[in-house]
Amino acid sequence: MAGLELLSDQGYRLDGRKATELRKLQARMGVFGQADGSAYLEQGNTKALAVVYGPHEVRGSRSKSLHDRAVINCQYSMATFSTAERKRRPHGDRKSSEMSLHLKQTFEAAVLTQLYPRSQIDIYVKILQSDGGNYSACVNAATLALVDAGIPMRDYVCACTAGFVEDTPLADLCHAEESGGGTTLSLALLPRRENIALVQMDARLHQDHLPALMEAATVACKGLSKVLDSVVRQHLQEVSVQTRE
Amino acid sequence: MLKSKTFVKKTRSGGVLKIVREHYLRDDIWCGFEVCSECKDESPVLQRDACIESNLCPFPHCLIPDTNVVLHQIDILEDPLIRNVIILQTVLQEVRHRSAPVYKRIKDAIHDKEKRFYTFTNEHHRETFVEREQGESANDRNDRAIRVAAKWYTEHLSKSPSDSEPKVVLLTNDRANKEKAEQIGVISYRCEEYIKSLIGNPELVDRLALTSDDQNEISGSKLLFPEHLPLSKIQAGIKSGAFLQGSFRANTDNYLEATVFILGEGDKTTEVLLQGLQNLNRAVHQDVVAVELFPKEQWVAPSSVVLQDDQQNDEDTEEEEAEKKMENPVPDTTMLKPTGRVVGIIKRNWRPFCGMLNQSQIKEATRHLFTPADRRIPRIRIETRQASTLMGQRIIVAIDGWPRTSRYPNGHFVRSLGGAGDKETETEVLLLEHDVPHQPFSQTVLSFLPKMPWTITEEDMKVRADLRHLCVCSVDPPGCTDIDDALHCYELENGNLEVGVHIADVSHFIRPGNALDQEAANRGTTVYLCGKRIDMVPELLSSNLCSLRSNVERLAFSCIWEMNNNAEIINTRFTKSVINSKASLTYAEAQMRIDDSSMNDEITKSLRGLNTLAKMLKSRRIEKGALTLSSPEVRFHMDSETHDPIDLQTKELKDTNSLVEEFMLLANISVAQKIYEEFSECALLRKHPAPPPSNYDILIKAAKSKNLMIRTDSAKALADSLNEATLENFSYFNTLLRILATRCMMQAVYFCSGMDSDFHHYGLASPIYTHFTSPIRRYSDIIVHRLLAVAINADSTYPDLMDKHKQAALCNNLNYRHKMAQYAQRTSVAFHTQLFFKNKGILNEEGFILFVRKNAIIILIPKFGLEGTVFFEKKDKPGPRLTFDSEGPSLTIEDQHTFHIFDKVKVNISLDSSNIQHQKIRMALLEPVIPGVSVPLPELEPEAKKPKLDR
Repeated sequence: MAGLELLSDQGYRLDGRKATELRKLQARMGVFGQADGSAYLEQGNTKALAVVYGPHEVRGSRSKSLHDRAVINCQYSMATFSTAERKRRPHGDRKSSEMSLHLKQTFEAAVLTQLYPRSQIDIYVKILQSDGGNYSACVNAATLALVDAGIPMRDYVCACTAGFVEDTPLADLCHAEESGGGTTLSLALLPRRENIALVQMDARLHQDHLPALMEAATVACKGLSKVLDSVVRQHLQEVSVQTRE
Repeated sequence: MLKSKTFVKKTRSGGVLKIVREHYLRDDIWCGFEVCSECKDESPVLQRDACIESNLCPFPHCLIPDTNVVLHQIDILEDPLIRNVIILQTVLQEVRHRSAPVYKRIKDAIHDKEKRFYTFTNEHHRETFVEREQGESANDRNDRAIRVAAKWYTEHLSKSPSDSEPKVVLLTNDRANKEKAEQIGVISYRCEEYIKSLIGNPELVDRLALTSDDQNEISGSKLLFPEHLPLSKIQAGIKSGAFLQGSFRANTDNYLEATVFILGEGDKTTEVLLQGLQNLNRAVHQDVVAVELFPKEQWVAPSSVVLQDDQQNDEDTEEEEAEKKMENPVPDTTMLKPTGRVVGIIKRNWRPFCGMLNQSQIKEATRHLFTPADRRIPRIRIETRQASTLMGQRIIVAIDGWPRTSRYPNGHFVRSLGGAGDKETETEVLLLEHDVPHQPFSQTVLSFLPKMPWTITEEDMKVRADLRHLCVCSVDPPGCTDIDDALHCYELENGNLEVGVHIADVSHFIRPGNALDQEAANRGTTVYLCGKRIDMVPELLSSNLCSLRSNVERLAFSCIWEMNNNAEIINTRFTKSVINSKASLTYAEAQMRIDDSSMNDEITKSLRGLNTLAKMLKSRRIEKGALTLSSPEVRFHMDSETHDPIDLQTKELKDTNSLVEEFMLLANISVAQKIYEEFSECALLRKHPAPPPSNYDILIKAAKSKNLMIRTDSAKALADSLNEATLENFSYFNTLLRILATRCMMQAVYFCSGMDSDFHHYGLASPIYTHFTSPIRRYSDIIVHRLLAVAINADSTYPDLMDKHKQAALCNNLNYRHKMAQYAQRTSVAFHTQLFFKNKGILNEEGFILFVRKNAIIILIPKFGLEGTVFFEKKDKPGPRLTFDSEGPSLTIEDQHTFHIFDKVKVNISLDSSNIQHQKIRMALLEPVIPGVSVPLPELEPEAKKPKLDR
């Protein structure tokens, strides 16, 4: 028996999307009261929750604090029920630590940290359900949470994955596509000026294909930024209506 | 709209997983009809009125076949007549699941613009998506999905404003499905019904596959075969170790015997022997089957009987007689092999088979037996009304199924190739049978050829070394037009020699990834048949632009060594170059120049230099243990000018042959080292594995019969002992031994260095080897050229070149094509041998016994390089008493004469045309004279036996 056909001759993917189409994205901001900022985001079947505390004084050892900007502290975890097989260790494993580090790097590039010297911003993200593109869902959710917390940023940080199947770049991969072999590229972008916050690719890809793949990821990120923007605007509208009353 | 798809799946480790996948439904999937005004399809596929005329549906219509129709009637769907067909995604997915070859064929049909096949992505269409209901099986859901899609089409098209709107017709052979479809207002027919109603196309009916629905008429009452187990049971059995999975190889000589090759751990394969129709249980050559082993007491040695299924009648008669012949207790336990029986078929590997019809004895019968050209394939029963016109023609037939009640599989007629015995038809048959792609190159392929007139441009010169001043020459067989190598040699000032091998730079013209490249990669090799060449690349390249002809400027890839006078390499250099060959010589011409001491021009001097070096290289190679197995056996040789087999030539080996060979070997080894150094993961190399010791049994036994020892512990030992093994007053003996040794060898294969660890080339005694020197006729060399070009920064790389999995897949194809090309060549030689003997009439010749079998001896005739079998048994008459001794091996007839291996005999050779499909070279024994067995010297006895040709 043959494996899955990731892209049909008619140009449809496994789930019926075309190559450049994104999954359905839904998000809500301000889901928790106690935190300074929070957001819940669904990208297809990948569901992420992001919570932001801060900026506040540096906790723990003083030596960590920086005199000219804020420290960003990220923690990534996956719910034990997020994958098909129950996860044993929700956080602290190698993969999670790596993901935490990537998130930290991403947001250090986006948040205007120099406005808050000697302080700390905590970003906690949790994957509730995983179906491919965990990193990008986390980045997008954390962006919304940061916006909710009112922390100034250079731009939205939008992240999206792109893969390469039969010489065609596919945007926003689901789990089946990610595990179906081939290369996956994750890109976090500040869309307005096309600044790259983070780009990551684990598997091998021929140099000739890289521009096409980057292009596809960039276009996908820009598409995402529009959706995120509308979520923020709608949230603002709702909040302003509430406060007027 | 979003739907989620949830299903439960079992993982490999046995756990049960719940898989959730998204499933998007869309509004922008169009119906694909030209006339439709609602859909905004930019390039509609389905035409309004290019439909087929049918009695049943007088209106314009399109077909929607269901999965089983596609699976079983793919031959019909492929017919150019059938156009405007809607293939539903559901159907396509099911086909993909169930049969890879059919899936490939239906996809080809979809890609063919003329056919106007449209794929409707119904699973993602908002209105045609159906969810599986509680208690509904997956098959039922798919059937329902097909009906819903058909209904949607019916309604969608009726909305069209014009009154002559096309309709859709559902083709299904499932009665329940048809009824349900009619209930919801979809026009539906059974496939046969519909095809029979087509006006003016009676021949399509013959191609209808016989499906299980109408098989009842064929079945006799008796069940001839045990049942095949269902797949689930087979899988359970394989897991528990009760059954073994392997590929089924029928025996060419004996239709009641087959071997199943079981892939064990690593590269180890075990062979299981199957004997008798019951145990073969309807498996056909190359199927993947599950076998059950018999207990050790029932293990037997392979029988050495030659049996052919020659029965004329179509009756499902018992085969007891034939089977009895095989029951021959063998006392020697070392020869015993595991035996077993087929319990089920895991995957059928049926392809269309070439062959001929045996007309039924009943005049009006429509059911006939078809005899495939390939002996390993059983005869096939087909139904046709055109039997009388098809007689004497070569036809193609496909198998549809093999019910338990039938002695033969059922099949259907696909197409006719032409009269049997015609040179063209026979060539076509052998090309088809050996899966050699031989269609003329398509326009797309030709469009990638350089535009004529072609010249070397400035840019070419800039990146290439200019070697036009060198005195380069080529040495090839006479009449060769695709010259891919040329040589030069001159003395340097420091007393060393510079030697250059220049290979046609084919990779300059064939750029990676384009249609020309893909075609060449698929063909893999040029196939040389007698008097015909099936090119791998179009002729413009093979015989003109890439051919290193004399006195024209050509692009080349050069490998240049500096060597000292002991033929030791001091340094090696690779470069792309431009050369101008000064002479294209034949082997004989080159030899003449070397020998003629009065000639002292530059070419001759360089040839002499090369010759001395080549001799040193050769002796060093032989010292290392390289085998000389390219035995100087006499080969059937074609006159290449007239394309008619008018003469048999002895292939003479001159010094110059080995001169060219030595330098090609050297170049290949140097290149192999270089590309492996640069690309340890993805270098394309060639290896020749050492044969397992058991392969040599026959050789050792044969030598023992003459009191000689052959040591086979290493290549070197083998080469030495072969050299020593000579008999006085029997000069041909050594050659015979070498011929036997050749048969013990393994096949050399291409492989990707990243996928394998054993690189050794046994025959050449080289630790690493590749093919670099014939890019015009081998695709492997083109890849090696590209790798080397990247390694020396002369060309850029591309993704597939660096992907070891793609390389490995390519290697598999190349190995397959090479093997098939070899077989095709042999078959072509055999056919022309027959033509030769047809013209020659009857001949008496001397020969040697090469093998001794239980009821026959196989004889080699050195003069013609021809191999044939002399049988001692007759079907209708009791044969002479035979005593077979497998130790010798020897065969005693009537206690009068004993045949040993290597005995000299005299035989009578003639062409047997009684069976036009398998014309045979008939051999009959003349000497030694055995009354009742041998034939009298002058005239030919008509019942002499049918021998078999070398394959």
